Amino acid sequence: MKGRGLYVYALAYLIFLYAPIVLLPIFAFNDSTVIAFPLSGFTTQWFAEIPETPALIDSVQTSLVIAATTAILSTGLGICAARAGAKYDFPGKRPVLGFIMLPLVLPEIIVAVSLLVVLLGLGLSLSSWTVILGHTLICTPFCIAILNSAFGNLDPSLEEASFDLGETRFTTFRLVTLPLVMPGIISSLLIAFTISLDEFIIAFFLTGTEPTLPVYLWGQLRFPQKIPVVMALGTILVASSVLILAVAEYFRCRGIARTGGKDTGGFL
Amino acid sequence: MGGNEVLAERARNWGRFARSDAARGWLLVSPTALYALLLLAAPLATVLAFSFWTQDFLDIDRTFTLNNYREALAEPLYRELILRSVLIAGAVTLATVVLAYPIAYFVSFHVRPERKSMWIFLITIPFWTSYLIRVFLWKVILGFNGVVNTSLQGLGLIEEPLSFILYNPNAVVITLAHAFAPFAILPIFVALEKIDRSLLEASRDLGESRITTFFRVTLPLSVPGVAAAVLIVFIPTVGDYVTPRLVGGPDGLMIANMIQTQFLRLNNAPMGATLSVLAMVTVGVISLVFLALLARWLRVKQ
Repeated sequence: MKGRGLYVYALAYLIFLYAPIVLLPIFAFNDSTVIAFPLSGFTTQWFAEIPETPALIDSVQTSLVIAATTAILSTGLGICAARAGAKYDFPGKRPVLGFIMLPLVLPEIIVAVSLLVVLLGLGLSLSSWTVILGHTLICTPFCIAILNSAFGNLDPSLEEASFDLGETRFTTFRLVTLPLVMPGIISSLLIAFTISLDEFIIAFFLTGTEPTLPVYLWGQLRFPQKIPVVMALGTILVASSVLILAVAEYFRCRGIARTGGKDTGGFL
Repeated sequence: MGGNEVLAERARNWGRFARSDAARGWLLVSPTALYALLLLAAPLATVLAFSFWTQDFLDIDRTFTLNNYREALAEPLYRELILRSVLIAGAVTLATVVLAYPIAYFVSFHVRPERKSMWIFLITIPFWTSYLIRVFLWKVILGFNGVVNTSLQGLGLIEEPLSFILYNPNAVVITLAHAFAPFAILPIFVALEKIDRSLLEASRDLGESRITTFFRVTLPLSVPGVAAAVLIVFIPTVGDYVTPRLVGGPDGLMIANMIQTQFLRLNNAPMGATLSVLAMVTVGVISLVFLALLARWLRVKQ
């Protein structure tokens, strides 16, 4: 009985969670510039307008470059920290790792403002690189959280066996450790990529002359006639995020199966 | 052969030797730690320094002064914005955690183990879609001609569109409670998963009912997850910029909007820095008080 009541609540909650997302394709295919009910008719015009908006295409390209660079940098930094945390005990380990994870609990506006002040103070001009620096900072803790489970589930006897069989520290890492944690690395790359692609406030403060996609969208939201195109683009983004996440989840589960661990669920 | 084994043994011992472990650990963690030091600690220190400086048009005057703090604390607008940010974030935290708990409980206790991943995946999907567009869509849902108003009017429940659901703090709370839902569900879910199920059986065997078992065993054991959820939701929402700007209207603006205005519009970086520091201190103090009260409450319980 109690389970039934909770089940109904869970379904209602899922409807609440999905309510905005469901509207996205509805308005993307709606034949009116006014984003409100009642709907007027079906059109694919807004999707057709996407490739004809050069500023939009440019911002997508900028965002993709920033997201890819951020993913690689933050996963690299994440591997160092997660490996150090899982394998070694060293004095000051908890404070250092805690400090690295700090951006998780810091309002993003603070991160954005403090980086802006420093970069301007150093006389650096704002560009895609400054956005990458900020994004790497906030993505690294997420990467570490994912990689912790990959390195934590690693059976140390496998590496010891490799040493005993005459492999060096480096070849062991390349031939034994890396393949075992590869699924974790891939899902870390994808998560960092997704976070960077969607991040607005840091990009808003640190972007130079080339806006990222969220910064471009922010500008468009002020013009009602541009909004249907934003909806169409949003639909494409949602579809691709879901795809990326499904792939990430697949690799994460496979990684857990490969190291023989138990599924502890979720990205966090 | 024997010599090799001794050597290998010695090498292993050396590897286990605490000092080399420490050295390796530090070496390995250093790139990440250095990055955080340069791009987090140094900038935060700079913001703190700026809050004690003043700016005259484009020149920064580096003489130490507390004037910014005096001005920030004396100006009613700044005080009101900080207070409002804390109240809105508090309301968001309460709503999010209370709504999230039953979901986490349901997935942990009533969903078959092999389907739990799928439920968590379903819950996290909306969270990974563009934040900006999601907030904008809430504006569409809550607006004058929005989904809520047109459906309520269509059903004949209301004559005039409801105006208290957009461009005010209510709208900010609803939108943020949606945006931060997964942040609350996941930590509570993890805490519930860790509970040893035999404790619940023991409680039932000792004559407690389902409901008293929940309040005396399950709920207290899940407190760490609830505490994590509270902090994870509260801290970032205090500093949220997009939601108050898009759905808050003039009465729903929060401190982040003012910080942005000071930095990018009024060109008053020191005042922006001062407000940032004040916001950080407020958030920090509230979080620490919350944790201290929680620790005390847990001790009393024991």
